Amino acid sequence: MTHPEAVSDQPRPPGRYVQHVMGMPISLALRGRHTDDAAALAAWTDVMDVLRAVDRVFSTYRADSYISRLGRGEIGLEDCPPEVAEVFALGAAAEHDSGGAFSIRLPGPDGRLVLDPSGVVKGWAVERAAASLRGLAETDFCLSAGGDMTCRTLDPGALPWRIGVEDPADPRRILAVVPVFTGAVATSGTAHRGGHLVDARTGEAPAGVASVTVVAGSLTSADVDATAAFAHGPGAARWLETRPARSGLVVWEDGTTTTVAPVLPAR
Amino acid sequence: MKRIVLWLMSTVTVLVLVFGYHTSTSSTATAAGGRSSLAGPLTGGTGAVPGSAAAPTSGSGSGPSAAGSSPSAGSAAAASPTAGTSATSGTVTGDVAQTRWGPVQVQLTVTSGKITDVAVVQYPNGNGRDQEINSQALPILIQETVQAQNAQIDMVSGATVTSDGYLQSLQSALDRAGL
Repeated sequence: MTHPEAVSDQPRPPGRYVQHVMGMPISLALRGRHTDDAAALAAWTDVMDVLRAVDRVFSTYRADSYISRLGRGEIGLEDCPPEVAEVFALGAAAEHDSGGAFSIRLPGPDGRLVLDPSGVVKGWAVERAAASLRGLAETDFCLSAGGDMTCRTLDPGALPWRIGVEDPADPRRILAVVPVFTGAVATSGTAHRGGHLVDARTGEAPAGVASVTVVAGSLTSADVDATAAFAHGPGAARWLETRPARSGLVVWEDGTTTTVAPVLPAR
Repeated sequence: MKRIVLWLMSTVTVLVLVFGYHTSTSSTATAAGGRSSLAGPLTGGTGAVPGSAAAPTSGSGSGPSAAGSSPSAGSAAAASPTAGTSATSGTVTGDVAQTRWGPVQVQLTVTSGKITDVAVVQYPNGNGRDQEINSQALPILIQETVQAQNAQIDMVSGATVTSDGYLQSLQSALDRAGL
Protein backbone atom coordinates (compact mmCIF):
# COMPACT_ATOMS: atom_id res chain seq x y z
CA MET A 1 0.00 0.00 0.00
CA THR A 2 2.93 2.29 0.67
CA HIS A 3 5.34 1.06 -1.98
CA PRO A 4 4.25 2.46 -5.30
CA GLU A 5 7.79 2.24 -6.61
CA ALA A 6 7.72 -1.51 -6.21
CA VAL A 7 5.09 -1.66 -8.92
CA SER A 8 6.62 0.27 -11.75
CA ASP A 9 10.32 -0.30 -11.15
CA GLN A 10 10.37 -3.90 -12.22
CA PRO A 11 7.91 -4.70 -14.96
CA ARG A 12 7.07 -8.37 -14.80
CA PRO A 13 5.07 -10.49 -17.18
CA PRO A 14 1.43 -10.50 -16.15
CA GLY A 15 0.18 -13.29 -13.93
CA ARG A 16 -2.14 -15.51 -15.93
CA TYR A 17 -5.00 -17.66 -14.70
CA VAL A 18 -7.52 -19.80 -16.57
CA GLN A 19 -10.50 -21.82 -15.34
CA HIS A 20 -13.76 -22.87 -16.89
CA VAL A 21 -17.29 -22.10 -15.76
CA MET A 22 -20.63 -21.67 -17.55
CA GLY A 23 -19.15 -23.64 -20.44
CA MET A 24 -16.61 -20.97 -21.20
CA PRO A 25 -13.00 -20.20 -20.30
CA ILE A 26 -12.36 -17.43 -17.78
CA SER A 27 -8.96 -15.81 -18.33
CA LEU A 28 -7.35 -13.39 -15.93
CA ALA A 29 -4.22 -11.32 -16.41
CA LEU A 30 -2.77 -9.44 -13.43
CA ARG A 31 0.08 -6.99 -13.44
CA GLY A 32 1.53 -4.84 -10.72
CA ARG A 33 1.89 -5.63 -7.05
CA HIS A 34 -0.22 -8.78 -6.69
CA THR A 35 0.28 -11.12 -9.63
CA ASP A 36 1.05 -14.49 -8.04
CA ASP A 37 0.99 -14.07 -4.27
CA ALA A 38 -1.62 -15.18 -1.73
CA ALA A 39 -3.72 -12.04 -2.26
CA ALA A 40 -3.84 -12.62 -6.02
CA LEU A 41 -4.80 -16.26 -5.59
CA ALA A 42 -7.48 -15.39 -3.04
CA ALA A 43 -8.98 -12.79 -5.40
CA TRP A 44 -8.93 -15.26 -8.29
CA THR A 45 -10.66 -17.85 -6.11
CA ASP A 46 -13.31 -15.25 -5.24
CA VAL A 47 -13.82 -14.45 -8.94
CA MET A 48 -14.52 -18.07 -9.74
CA ASP A 49 -16.76 -18.50 -6.68
CA VAL A 50 -18.89 -15.55 -7.77
CA LEU A 51 -19.19 -16.86 -11.32
CA ARG A 52 -20.12 -20.36 -10.14
CA ALA A 53 -22.76 -18.90 -7.83
CA VAL A 54 -24.18 -16.86 -10.72
CA ASP A 55 -24.24 -19.98 -12.88
CA ARG A 56 -26.22 -21.88 -10.24
CA VAL A 57 -28.87 -19.15 -10.23
CA PHE A 58 -29.01 -18.17 -13.89
CA SER A 59 -27.98 -21.14 -16.01
CA THR A 60 -30.55 -22.16 -18.60
CA TYR A 61 -28.64 -25.44 -18.97
CA ARG A 62 -29.29 -26.47 -15.37
CA ALA A 63 -32.79 -27.76 -14.76
CA ASP A 64 -32.56 -26.84 -11.07
CA SER A 65 -31.44 -23.21 -11.51
CA TYR A 66 -33.78 -20.47 -10.36
CA ILE A 67 -34.06 -19.26 -13.96
CA SER A 68 -35.08 -22.69 -15.25
CA ARG A 69 -37.67 -23.10 -12.50
CA LEU A 70 -38.92 -19.57 -13.12
CA GLY A 71 -39.15 -20.31 -16.83
CA ARG A 72 -41.26 -23.41 -16.11
CA GLY A 73 -43.52 -21.36 -13.86
CA GLU A 74 -42.67 -23.41 -10.77
CA ILE A 75 -41.63 -20.36 -8.77
CA GLY A 76 -42.18 -16.62 -8.95
CA LEU A 77 -39.72 -13.75 -9.07
CA GLU A 78 -40.33 -13.17 -5.35
CA ASP A 79 -38.96 -16.65 -4.64
CA CYS A 80 -35.65 -15.87 -6.37
CA PRO A 81 -32.53 -14.17 -4.99
CA PRO A 82 -32.59 -10.38 -5.48
CA GLU A 83 -29.99 -10.60 -8.27
CA VAL A 84 -32.63 -12.10 -10.53
CA ALA A 85 -34.76 -8.96 -10.33
CA GLU A 86 -31.64 -6.88 -10.90
CA VAL A 87 -30.81 -8.79 -14.08
CA PHE A 88 -34.42 -8.59 -15.28
CA ALA A 89 -34.33 -4.83 -14.82
CA LEU A 90 -31.17 -4.64 -16.91
CA GLY A 91 -32.85 -6.80 -19.53
CA ALA A 92 -35.92 -4.59 -19.62
CA ALA A 93 -33.78 -1.47 -20.04
CA ALA A 94 -31.84 -3.13 -22.86
CA GLU A 95 -35.04 -4.20 -24.58
CA HIS A 96 -36.32 -0.63 -24.45
CA ASP A 97 -33.03 0.90 -25.62
CA SER A 98 -32.74 -1.51 -28.53
CA GLY A 99 -36.26 -0.98 -29.80
CA GLY A 100 -37.06 -4.58 -28.97
CA ALA A 101 -34.22 -6.19 -30.93
CA PHE A 102 -32.76 -7.37 -27.64
CA SER A 103 -34.85 -9.23 -25.12
CA ILE A 104 -34.43 -11.75 -22.35
CA ARG A 105 -37.59 -13.43 -23.62
CA LEU A 106 -36.75 -14.95 -26.97
CA PRO A 107 -39.08 -16.69 -29.40
CA GLY A 108 -38.45 -20.43 -29.22
CA PRO A 109 -38.76 -22.97 -32.03
CA ASP A 110 -42.50 -23.25 -31.46
CA GLY A 111 -42.95 -19.48 -31.40
CA ARG A 112 -43.48 -19.35 -27.64
CA LEU A 113 -41.31 -16.93 -25.70
CA VAL A 114 -38.54 -18.61 -23.73
CA LEU A 115 -36.90 -16.95 -20.75
CA ASP A 116 -33.19 -16.58 -21.52
CA PRO A 117 -31.40 -13.78 -19.67
CA SER A 118 -27.93 -15.01 -20.69
CA GLY A 119 -27.51 -11.95 -22.94
CA VAL A 120 -27.47 -9.82 -19.81
CA VAL A 121 -26.03 -12.20 -17.26
CA LYS A 122 -22.56 -12.67 -18.65
CA GLY A 123 -21.34 -9.08 -18.65
CA TRP A 124 -23.11 -8.34 -15.40
CA ALA A 125 -21.62 -11.41 -13.74
CA VAL A 126 -18.07 -10.62 -14.83
CA GLU A 127 -18.33 -7.06 -13.51
CA ARG A 128 -19.66 -8.50 -10.26
CA ALA A 129 -16.84 -11.03 -10.09
CA ALA A 130 -14.26 -8.34 -10.79
CA ALA A 131 -15.14 -6.66 -7.49
CA SER A 132 -12.67 -8.85 -5.63
CA LEU A 133 -9.94 -7.90 -8.12
CA ARG A 134 -10.67 -4.22 -7.48
CA GLY A 135 -9.61 -4.87 -3.90
CA LEU A 136 -6.07 -5.72 -4.98
CA ALA A 137 -3.93 -2.70 -4.19
CA GLU A 138 -1.70 -1.34 -6.96
CA THR A 139 -2.71 -4.11 -9.28
CA ASP A 140 -4.03 -3.87 -12.82
CA PHE A 141 -6.28 -6.57 -14.18
CA CYS A 142 -7.93 -7.79 -17.34
CA LEU A 143 -10.66 -10.38 -16.72
CA SER A 144 -12.14 -12.14 -19.73
CA ALA A 145 -15.08 -14.52 -19.91
CA GLY A 146 -15.18 -16.29 -23.24
CA GLY A 147 -14.04 -13.27 -25.23
CA ASP A 148 -15.67 -10.42 -23.30
CA MET A 149 -13.52 -8.56 -20.80
CA THR A 150 -13.29 -5.80 -18.23
CA CYS A 151 -9.98 -4.10 -17.50
CA ARG A 152 -8.52 -1.79 -14.91
CA THR A 153 -5.29 0.19 -14.97
CA LEU A 154 -4.02 1.99 -11.88
CA ASP A 155 -0.32 2.14 -12.62
CA PRO A 156 0.29 5.53 -14.27
CA GLY A 157 3.35 4.12 -16.01
CA ALA A 158 1.58 1.14 -17.52
CA LEU A 159 0.63 0.61 -21.13
CA PRO A 160 -3.02 0.01 -21.95
CA TRP A 161 -4.31 -3.52 -22.08
CA ARG A 162 -4.30 -4.46 -25.74
CA ILE A 163 -7.45 -6.30 -26.73
CA GLY A 164 -7.35 -8.07 -30.06
CA VAL A 165 -10.60 -8.27 -32.00
CA GLU A 166 -10.98 -11.66 -33.60
CA ASP A 167 -11.64 -11.98 -37.32
CA PRO A 168 -15.06 -13.65 -37.51
CA ALA A 169 -14.07 -15.26 -40.80
CA ASP A 170 -10.90 -16.75 -39.30
CA PRO A 171 -10.76 -16.92 -35.51
CA ARG A 172 -7.03 -17.57 -35.63
CA ARG A 173 -6.49 -14.00 -36.76
CA ILE A 174 -7.28 -10.61 -35.36
CA LEU A 175 -8.71 -7.68 -37.27
CA ALA A 176 -8.18 -4.83 -34.86
CA VAL A 177 -6.72 -3.88 -31.53
CA VAL A 178 -8.47 -1.88 -28.81
CA PRO A 179 -6.12 -0.23 -26.32
CA VAL A 180 -7.98 -0.08 -23.00
CA PHE A 181 -6.69 1.32 -19.75
CA THR A 182 -9.90 1.01 -17.79
CA GLY A 183 -13.07 -0.18 -19.46
CA ALA A 184 -14.71 -3.13 -21.11
CA VAL A 185 -14.80 -4.82 -24.52
CA ALA A 186 -17.46 -7.27 -25.69
CA THR A 187 -17.98 -8.98 -29.02
CA SER A 188 -21.12 -10.66 -30.31
CA GLY A 189 -21.07 -12.92 -33.32
CA THR A 190 -21.74 -16.39 -34.52
CA ALA A 191 -18.19 -17.58 -35.23
CA HIS A 192 -17.91 -20.20 -32.49
CA ARG A 193 -21.43 -21.22 -31.65
CA GLY A 194 -23.34 -20.89 -34.86
CA GLY A 195 -26.58 -18.96 -35.07
CA HIS A 196 -27.48 -18.60 -31.42
CA LEU A 197 -28.14 -14.87 -31.74
CA VAL A 198 -31.54 -13.76 -32.93
CA ASP A 199 -33.48 -10.56 -33.42
CA ALA A 200 -35.99 -10.80 -30.59
CA ARG A 201 -38.60 -9.04 -32.73
CA THR A 202 -38.59 -11.79 -35.35
CA GLY A 203 -36.77 -14.77 -33.88
CA GLU A 204 -34.64 -14.80 -37.02
CA ALA A 205 -30.86 -14.67 -37.20
CA PRO A 206 -29.73 -11.15 -38.15
CA ALA A 207 -28.49 -10.74 -41.72
CA GLY A 208 -25.41 -9.09 -43.12
CA VAL A 209 -23.39 -8.78 -39.95
CA ALA A 210 -20.61 -11.14 -38.86
CA SER A 211 -19.60 -9.62 -35.52
CA VAL A 212 -20.04 -6.51 -33.40
CA THR A 213 -17.44 -5.35 -30.88
CA VAL A 214 -18.43 -2.71 -28.34
CA VAL A 215 -16.18 -0.72 -25.99
CA ALA A 216 -17.83 0.82 -22.93
CA GLY A 217 -17.13 1.72 -19.35
CA SER A 218 -18.56 -1.46 -17.91
CA LEU A 219 -18.90 -4.94 -19.33
CA THR A 220 -22.56 -4.94 -18.34
CA SER A 221 -23.17 -2.21 -20.93
CA ALA A 222 -20.69 -3.44 -23.52
CA ASP A 223 -22.05 -7.00 -23.54
CA VAL A 224 -25.69 -6.00 -23.83
CA ASP A 225 -24.98 -3.42 -26.53
CA ALA A 226 -22.89 -5.83 -28.58
CA THR A 227 -25.74 -8.32 -28.57
CA ALA A 228 -28.36 -5.64 -29.27
CA ALA A 229 -26.32 -4.11 -32.12
CA PHE A 230 -25.78 -7.54 -33.67
CA ALA A 231 -29.51 -8.20 -33.48
CA HIS A 232 -30.05 -5.11 -35.65
CA GLY A 233 -28.32 -6.90 -38.53
CA PRO A 234 -27.72 -4.45 -41.39
CA GLY A 235 -28.55 -1.61 -38.99
CA ALA A 236 -25.92 -2.66 -36.42
CA ALA A 237 -23.52 0.23 -36.93
CA ARG A 238 -26.33 2.75 -37.30
CA TRP A 239 -27.84 1.68 -34.00
CA LEU A 240 -24.50 1.64 -32.20
CA GLU A 241 -23.87 5.20 -33.38
CA THR A 242 -26.90 6.32 -31.41
CA ARG A 243 -25.59 4.89 -28.15
CA PRO A 244 -23.93 7.31 -25.76
CA ALA A 245 -20.45 6.58 -24.52
CA ARG A 246 -19.80 3.60 -26.74
CA SER A 247 -17.35 2.93 -29.50
CA GLY A 248 -17.02 -0.20 -31.52
CA LEU A 249 -16.30 -2.18 -34.63
CA VAL A 250 -18.83 -3.85 -36.88
CA VAL A 251 -17.56 -6.59 -39.19
CA TRP A 252 -19.94 -7.31 -42.05
CA GLU A 253 -20.50 -10.65 -43.70
CA ASP A 254 -18.52 -9.59 -46.75
CA GLY A 255 -15.48 -8.81 -44.60
CA THR A 256 -15.78 -5.04 -44.69
CA THR A 257 -15.80 -3.13 -41.42
CA THR A 258 -17.32 -0.02 -39.89
CA THR A 259 -15.65 1.68 -36.94
CA VAL A 260 -18.04 3.50 -34.63
CA ALA A 261 -16.58 6.45 -32.75
CA PRO A 262 -18.03 7.56 -29.44
CA VAL A 263 -20.66 10.23 -29.75
CA LEU A 264 -22.22 12.74 -27.45
CA PRO A 265 -25.63 11.85 -26.11
CA ALA A 266 -28.61 13.82 -27.30
CA ARG A 267 -30.34 15.57 -24.47
CA MET B 1 -26.25 12.83 -34.03
CA LYS B 2 -24.45 12.97 -37.36
CA ARG B 3 -23.54 16.56 -36.74
CA ILE B 4 -21.97 15.59 -33.46
CA VAL B 5 -19.77 13.07 -35.17
CA LEU B 6 -18.74 15.67 -37.69
CA TRP B 7 -18.03 18.06 -34.89
CA LEU B 8 -15.90 15.51 -33.11
CA MET B 9 -14.00 14.66 -36.24
CA SER B 10 -13.40 18.30 -37.07
CA THR B 11 -12.22 18.87 -33.54
CA VAL B 12 -9.87 15.98 -33.96
CA THR B 13 -8.62 17.44 -37.21
CA VAL B 14 -8.00 20.80 -35.60
CA LEU B 15 -6.24 19.14 -32.75
CA VAL B 16 -4.03 17.27 -35.14
CA LEU B 17 -3.13 20.50 -36.85
CA VAL B 18 -2.51 22.24 -33.58
CA PHE B 19 -0.59 19.42 -32.08
CA GLY B 20 1.37 18.27 -35.09
CA TYR B 21 4.53 18.52 -33.11
CA HIS B 22 6.98 16.16 -31.57
CA THR B 23 5.67 14.71 -28.36
CA SER B 24 8.33 12.66 -26.75
CA THR B 25 7.09 9.37 -25.42
CA SER B 26 9.02 10.21 -22.31
CA SER B 27 6.57 12.98 -21.63
CA THR B 28 5.38 11.45 -18.43
CA ALA B 29 3.36 14.51 -17.57
CA THR B 30 1.07 14.02 -20.53
CA ALA B 31 0.96 10.29 -20.18
CA ALA B 32 0.22 10.32 -16.50
CA GLY B 33 -2.31 13.10 -16.82
CA GLY B 34 -4.20 11.47 -19.60
CA ARG B 35 -4.13 8.12 -17.98
CA SER B 36 -5.36 9.20 -14.61
CA SER B 37 -8.25 10.91 -16.26
CA LEU B 38 -8.94 7.76 -18.19
CA ALA B 39 -8.83 5.62 -15.11
CA GLY B 40 -10.87 7.72 -12.77
CA PRO B 41 -14.53 8.49 -13.16
CA LEU B 42 -15.32 12.05 -14.01
CA THR B 43 -16.39 13.98 -11.01
CA GLY B 44 -18.62 16.99 -11.14
CA GLY B 45 -18.65 19.66 -13.77
CA THR B 46 -16.07 21.90 -12.22
CA GLY B 47 -13.22 20.83 -14.42
CA ALA B 48 -12.01 18.71 -11.58
CA VAL B 49 -10.99 15.91 -13.88
CA PRO B 50 -7.57 15.00 -12.53
CA GLY B 51 -4.88 16.03 -14.88
CA SER B 52 -7.02 16.34 -17.94
CA ALA B 53 -7.61 20.01 -18.38
CA ALA B 54 -4.17 20.71 -17.10
CA ALA B 55 -2.41 18.03 -19.05
CA PRO B 56 -1.25 19.98 -22.10
CA THR B 57 0.31 22.76 -20.14
CA SER B 58 0.95 21.74 -16.57
CA GLY B 59 3.16 18.76 -16.06
CA SER B 60 6.43 19.77 -14.55
CA GLY B 61 5.64 23.39 -13.95
CA SER B 62 8.72 24.36 -15.86
CA GLY B 63 6.58 23.96 -18.92
CA PRO B 64 6.49 27.14 -20.96
CA SER B 65 10.15 27.98 -20.63
CA ALA B 66 11.23 24.47 -21.35
CA ALA B 67 9.06 24.49 -24.42
CA GLY B 68 10.79 27.54 -25.72
CA SER B 69 14.20 26.05 -25.40
CA SER B 70 13.62 22.44 -26.23
CA PRO B 71 10.91 21.21 -28.57
CA SER B 72 11.19 17.71 -27.18
CA ALA B 73 10.28 18.77 -23.68
CA GLY B 74 7.23 16.64 -23.53
CA SER B 75 3.79 17.98 -22.87
CA ALA B 76 4.94 21.50 -22.31
CA ALA B 77 5.70 21.65 -26.01
CA ALA B 78 1.99 21.90 -26.63
CA ALA B 79 2.41 25.61 -26.20
CA SER B 80 4.76 25.80 -29.16
CA PRO B 81 3.65 23.97 -32.28
CA THR B 82 7.02 23.09 -33.71
CA ALA B 83 5.42 21.41 -36.65
CA GLY B 84 8.61 20.88 -38.58
CA THR B 85 9.51 17.62 -36.95
CA SER B 86 8.04 14.73 -38.86
CA ALA B 87 8.33 11.83 -36.43
CA THR B 88 5.32 12.23 -34.19
CA SER B 89 4.36 9.74 -31.55
CA GLY B 90 2.72 10.22 -28.23
CA THR B 91 -0.42 11.28 -26.49
CA VAL B 92 -1.97 14.68 -26.80
CA THR B 93 -4.77 16.07 -24.71
CA GLY B 94 -6.60 18.95 -26.31
CA ASP B 95 -8.03 22.02 -24.69
CA VAL B 96 -11.47 21.88 -23.17
CA ALA B 97 -13.97 22.89 -25.81
CA GLN B 98 -17.29 24.35 -24.75
CA THR B 99 -20.19 22.86 -26.64
CA ARG B 100 -23.86 23.33 -26.17
CA TRP B 101 -23.90 20.02 -24.39
CA GLY B 102 -21.15 21.07 -22.02
CA PRO B 103 -17.36 20.90 -21.89
CA VAL B 104 -15.64 18.32 -24.04
CA GLN B 105 -12.00 17.38 -24.19
CA VAL B 106 -10.42 14.98 -26.61
CA GLN B 107 -7.22 13.02 -26.25
CA LEU B 108 -5.35 11.65 -29.23
CA THR B 109 -2.71 9.02 -29.42
CA VAL B 110 -0.43 9.58 -32.38
CA THR B 111 1.95 6.93 -33.63
CA SER B 112 4.31 7.74 -36.47
CA GLY B 113 2.22 10.70 -37.46
CA LYS B 114 -1.03 8.76 -37.57
CA ILE B 115 -3.88 8.90 -35.12
CA THR B 116 -4.15 5.50 -33.54
CA ASP B 117 -6.52 6.33 -30.73
CA VAL B 118 -9.12 8.94 -29.91
CA ALA B 119 -10.45 9.23 -26.41
CA VAL B 120 -12.82 11.71 -24.88
CA VAL B 121 -11.39 12.52 -21.47
CA GLN B 122 -13.92 15.10 -20.44
CA TYR B 123 -17.54 14.79 -21.21
CA PRO B 124 -20.66 16.82 -20.53
CA ASN B 125 -22.41 15.84 -17.35
CA GLY B 126 -25.59 13.96 -17.87
CA ASN B 127 -26.91 10.68 -16.68
CA GLY B 128 -24.59 8.10 -15.22
CA ARG B 129 -24.02 6.45 -18.55
CA ASP B 130 -22.30 9.50 -19.93
CA GLN B 131 -19.49 9.05 -17.53
CA GLU B 132 -18.54 5.79 -19.13
CA ILE B 133 -17.01 7.76 -21.97
CA ASN B 134 -13.95 8.37 -19.86
CA SER B 135 -12.69 4.91 -20.60
CA GLN B 136 -13.45 5.04 -24.25
CA ALA B 137 -11.00 3.70 -26.76
CA LEU B 138 -11.42 3.25 -30.47
CA PRO B 139 -10.65 -0.06 -32.17
CA ILE B 140 -7.65 0.28 -34.45
CA LEU B 141 -7.85 -1.76 -37.61
CA ILE B 142 -4.85 -3.81 -38.48
CA GLN B 143 -4.18 -3.36 -42.14
CA GLU B 144 -2.96 -6.84 -42.90
CA THR B 145 -4.47 -9.36 -40.56
CA VAL B 146 -1.73 -10.66 -38.36
CA GLN B 147 -1.17 -13.48 -35.98
CA ALA B 148 -1.97 -12.50 -32.41
CA GLN B 149 1.55 -13.20 -31.31
CA ASN B 150 2.82 -10.49 -33.63
CA ALA B 151 0.28 -7.92 -32.61
CA GLN B 152 1.28 -7.83 -28.94
CA ILE B 153 -2.14 -8.33 -27.49
CA ASP B 154 -3.12 -9.30 -23.97
CA MET B 155 -6.56 -10.80 -24.57
CA VAL B 156 -8.82 -11.69 -27.48
CA SER B 157 -12.38 -10.47 -27.87
CA GLY B 158 -14.56 -12.56 -30.12
CA ALA B 159 -17.83 -14.36 -30.47
CA THR B 160 -18.26 -16.35 -27.30
CA VAL B 161 -15.50 -18.90 -27.00
CA THR B 162 -16.75 -22.13 -25.52
CA SER B 163 -14.73 -24.40 -23.33
CA ASP B 164 -14.81 -26.97 -26.12
CA GLY B 165 -13.22 -24.59 -28.57
CA TYR B 166 -10.87 -23.01 -26.11
CA LEU B 167 -7.82 -25.15 -26.79
CA GLN B 168 -7.80 -24.09 -30.42
CA SER B 169 -8.34 -20.43 -29.60
CA LEU B 170 -5.97 -17.52 -29.71
CA GLN B 171 -6.82 -16.75 -26.12
CA SER B 172 -5.53 -20.17 -25.15
CA ALA B 173 -2.22 -19.42 -26.86
CA LEU B 174 -1.96 -16.13 -25.03
CA ASP B 175 -2.75 -17.70 -21.68
CA ARG B 176 -0.10 -20.35 -22.19
CA ALA B 177 2.46 -17.84 -23.38
CA GLY B 178 1.92 -15.84 -20.23
CA LEU B 179 2.33 -18.73 -17.84
